[in-house]
Amino acid sequence: MSEAAPVIDVTGLTKIFGKKTVVDHIDMRVARGEIYGFLGPNGSGKTTFIRMLCGLLRPDDGAGTCLGFDVRGQAELIKPHVGYMSQKFSLYEDMTVRENLDFISRMYGVADRAGAIDRTVARMNLGRFRDQLAGTLSGGWKQRLALAACMIHEPQLLLLDEPTAGVDPMARRDFWDEVHKLAGEGITALISTHYMDEAERCHRLAYIAYGHLLATGTVAEIVAAEGLATYEISGPKLYDLIDRLRGLPGVEQVVAFGLTLHVSGRDGAALAKSLEPFGREPLAVTRIPSNLEEVFISLMRKATT
Amino acid sequence: MRSIFTFSPKRFAAVVSKEFTQMRRDRVTFGMMVGIPLLQLILFGYAINSDPKHLPTAILDNDRSIFSRDMAMAMKNSDYFAFTKEISHEAEADELLRLGRIQFVLTIPENFGRDLARGDRPVVLLEADATDPSATSNAVSAIRQAASEAFNRDLTGPLAPLRAAEGPVDLRMHARYNPEAITQYNIVPGLMGVVLTMTLVIITSLAITRERERGTMENLLITPVRPTEVLLGKILPYIIVGYLQMGLIVLAAKLLFRVPMVGSLPLLFLVSFPFIAANLGVGITFSTIAQNQLQAVQMSFFFFLPSILLSGFMFPFQGMPEWAQWIGSALPLTHYLRVVRGIVLKGNGFFDILPHMWPIGLFLLLSLGLGVKRYRQTLD
Repeated sequence: MSEAAPVIDVTGLTKIFGKKTVVDHIDMRVARGEIYGFLGPNGSGKTTFIRMLCGLLRPDDGAGTCLGFDVRGQAELIKPHVGYMSQKFSLYEDMTVRENLDFISRMYGVADRAGAIDRTVARMNLGRFRDQLAGTLSGGWKQRLALAACMIHEPQLLLLDEPTAGVDPMARRDFWDEVHKLAGEGITALISTHYMDEAERCHRLAYIAYGHLLATGTVAEIVAAEGLATYEISGPKLYDLIDRLRGLPGVEQVVAFGLTLHVSGRDGAALAKSLEPFGREPLAVTRIPSNLEEVFISLMRKATT
Repeated sequence: MRSIFTFSPKRFAAVVSKEFTQMRRDRVTFGMMVGIPLLQLILFGYAINSDPKHLPTAILDNDRSIFSRDMAMAMKNSDYFAFTKEISHEAEADELLRLGRIQFVLTIPENFGRDLARGDRPVVLLEADATDPSATSNAVSAIRQAASEAFNRDLTGPLAPLRAAEGPVDLRMHARYNPEAITQYNIVPGLMGVVLTMTLVIITSLAITRERERGTMENLLITPVRPTEVLLGKILPYIIVGYLQMGLIVLAAKLLFRVPMVGSLPLLFLVSFPFIAANLGVGITFSTIAQNQLQAVQMSFFFFLPSILLSGFMFPFQGMPEWAQWIGSALPLTHYLRVVRGIVLKGNGFFDILPHMWPIGLFLLLSLGLGVKRYRQTLD
């Protein structure tokens, strides 16, 4: 595999459960060493898509390669080079940290098991929990253990499905530092998340909703492509304003942001016109750049209507 | 896929050692593996008796002659009756039967002795609480014998012709293999099959369903481990458990119940292998169908119930209607019981039990084949 060849290169990947099309013809290309963020509302098909990439689910349609191997016929060749972290903690809670890591490394046929475990434990700071049952670890440490387990065989691709759900900010930051370090070593990562701050730490993003891919690109590209105008309103008694603003021409989102309101819409001219009467004292209206969350909510609204 | 035929002994060994680690930590399952055989041994071995003796009997003796005493004595000597109450009114007898205080009432009429001596064939009434037929049937047949021979000792001199005549044929009975008809001799070897069926089906069906329910299956499927490595790796520890349970029961049969071991124990352990594997196959098949551990247990009981009732363990196989025998014949336990009893009680050799081995082998192929076929490599 040459440097330039994408690690993930799939087109038209589709999964149907019963009558429901959960993933509907999604294309994705992820380059080597890239941290690729995967966003979308709950039930949008993120987990299903990730599971198809690593052979946990068989695609109903579509084709492509993962690490140069065919996703439909060569799942067994993909597996040894992928580290997968599922949404739910899926190591053995009734085994110790060391036993879990040992078992996983035996599954992957890691050559120097003791060495690999020692290195991974040291890297993830799991030393003092070595002989503790995995089930007794706190959420943040469980997640670190899960990351340790999916790295122990030195995979080329990490598929992380909402790895930081329910983890405190400090642990999340440590986790992301680790992911960036790995990316620096040439490891590719596809990470699904609901956190906007995490999305902004990715090199590139894909946004999917209800099985459809709605946007891809860097944060700036996605924000620019949506062409969303956003205004900030500040002043007293803002809560009374919310209902009055909603329903005005051009107004698509009204969100309370601390002591201000963010009002956004894709039709910038209509929005500016509707907000004009609110620009007087004691209120103040200023144009601000749209943030990622507003863009995503806008994308999601478009998908449902 | 060519990779289906690859088998890594190292990964297999890793799965086995993982199962043992988890088994060691799971106190309840571990307790079940040892507790169920012990509990069943105690219950079936000590508590259950299909040939009950010394049944409480009340006597209403209106005669009080030497002959009425002979009658009572003969019944007592049969071991089936124990006279616990002497009553004087019929109403009292009804009351005692109704309340279940006694199993039988023997009523000897007035002038019983006189009528007997006259050769008038007096009537003796034995009333039985026959709600449970198995509790009374043996006793009832015993009293016929007692009634015909009870008076021979006192029918002397001029009364001698009244003695019971010998029947036209001299019937001799020879109860072989278990001449004293000790229930335990039949039950305890049979327990081996019952315990293996019960625990192994439940434990294996749980072992795989648990992985799915706790989400650990996802992590297992993502690794390069092959289905055969997982399935065999999960089966092997429980084959060992099955043999430990067998050993426990053999030990108890010898030391506690003194069951005569006529046949070869190594042969018994050898031919138990397909039976143990057949039950594990059932467990694996269930685990591929069950959504959660509760369902897995329910399915196991669904299999266990006909096994224990229709296999000939609790009730005689030949006594069942034909359709029930058909169902029974489809269950591995039915055949295994014949094998175990054949070896332990009758000293059967390998070729004697061969006719019972092929149905077990067939069942093993079917159950394991279905389990392996249904076990999926993906989460689909």
